Amino acid sequence: MARVEQGMVSVAAPAPAKRAAPQVPQFVRSLGWGLVSWAPVIVLLIVWEAVARSGLVTPFSLPSLSRIFMRMGSDLMSGDLPIAVGLTLWRALAGFIASAVVGIAIGLAMARSRFFMWFFDPIVSVGFPVPKIAFLPIFAMWFGFFDTSKIVMIAFNTIFPIITATAVGVAGVEKEIIWSARNLGTREREMLWEILLPAALPQIFTGLQVALPIALIVGILTEMAMGGYGIGGSMQTASRMADSLGVFAGIVEIAIVGYALVKLMAVLRRRLLMWHQEAQEPTTV
Amino acid sequence: MSAALSRAMPAVASALFRYLPLVILLALWQAANTFHLVSTAVLPPLSAVLEQGCELVTSFDFWDHTASSLYRGGLGLLIAIVVGGALGIAMAWWRPIRYVSSPLVEIFYPLPKSALIPITALWLGFGDSSKVLLIFLGCMLPVTIGAFNGARGAEQTLIWSARSLGASRWRTLLDVVFPSALPELLNGIRTALALSFILLVSAEMIVARKGLGYLIGFLGDGGNYEGMFAVVLAIAVLGLLADRAYLAVSRRVLRWRE
Repeated sequence: MARVEQGMVSVAAPAPAKRAAPQVPQFVRSLGWGLVSWAPVIVLLIVWEAVARSGLVTPFSLPSLSRIFMRMGSDLMSGDLPIAVGLTLWRALAGFIASAVVGIAIGLAMARSRFFMWFFDPIVSVGFPVPKIAFLPIFAMWFGFFDTSKIVMIAFNTIFPIITATAVGVAGVEKEIIWSARNLGTREREMLWEILLPAALPQIFTGLQVALPIALIVGILTEMAMGGYGIGGSMQTASRMADSLGVFAGIVEIAIVGYALVKLMAVLRRRLLMWHQEAQEPTTV
Repeated sequence: MSAALSRAMPAVASALFRYLPLVILLALWQAANTFHLVSTAVLPPLSAVLEQGCELVTSFDFWDHTASSLYRGGLGLLIAIVVGGALGIAMAWWRPIRYVSSPLVEIFYPLPKSALIPITALWLGFGDSSKVLLIFLGCMLPVTIGAFNGARGAEQTLIWSARSLGASRWRTLLDVVFPSALPELLNGIRTALALSFILLVSAEMIVARKGLGYLIGFLGDGGNYEGMFAVVLAIAVLGLLADRAYLAVSRRVLRWRE
């Protein structure tokens, strides 16, 4: 608690820390600050380990972290872990990229043409809130139980936020920019790549950032429901075998993968939109 | 009467025009079967699906499954909204809570929530309680983040004015911070609503003996594909109606803003 309070003071006003120890190098201070701000997570992990070892709960309902990591280590050595993570990632990213390409194209068409707007608007506005995961057995019937049906299911779920974000973003591009570009003799194709897409990129990227976690959620679900290799599949198998260590190892793995992907998208966003004014603003959670 | 009717006609016509693409899709579905472009084993005709749907709607079984799904989803979502909303506002209002919970939120938010299905099943079995827990855990964070962002965006001058007019901290929280957090909070709840349907249906497909998700698998395994399609469509309509009803309610709640 004391550590957290200390962190509070230093975030509210970094000055006192400086006054206390003016010669502490910058990187040590940022390291210390990092430790303080992550203290709740570290405490949570310690509590997890302590509760699991104390005998308050059975090792079946909550295995200790150290045993989970040991299990992950042995899975890593045997090659099961890289295969599972790789397959889950491959399907999620394949579905995500397919839906990004098609979704951005549809969104662009909707923003630029009244016919496409008329045709896709009701489909998207009805399709977006529908729980599309219910179509899984139908997709399994059509595309089989292997990668195709899973990837199609992922794309089907992730495409809606991408379409909406692109359509709204492109429609919101300032008319002045478009007019000046046209005045300067920009052709349609150049307009698309040089003006519309870059100007709408912040919104499009937000749509992609919404879609990527959905890709992982749905990817895991398809594996659990239809079987096959992958993190979700191995969790489901472990669950059937009452192998709780396997289930918890799966959740730690997928948590790490999900966290890494979300962070990667944030970094990518900062890189791609470095020219945009939003890059100057402080980032929030 | 006829005046009202003639006033309603343009609205009906424009709605019809707006939703015409959906009608076209459904017509294509029926036509694909009528002209034998696809086998009925791959895509049962729309008419047969609707027929099965009517039969289903009049059966007790269907409503039994629906009630069980709605109970699980509703209860889980309710707990998620109450706990998640309170946590989000508390995070914006009291610094110590923010410092303790924001790294935890940051860690758990990107966790693909579907990974919790086997864990809740491991803890609580195949019944209602494991789904309620799953939906609570899965839907809480979007609500928390909405409430947090909304409450943090409350105008400082309003808070100061309220405080200087003698409102207690609690009163300020209730009368100033909560209303200004409401729009984003309601947005977060909408995300949670959509997520609750996904988690509910998939958890029922994977580990359940009751509920609409289970019914899909049950009918599909039994070879009743028309019935399976009908239940899938019923879930789609249910999700759509829930979202539309929620939007209407939240618009009404936010009417004071205009």
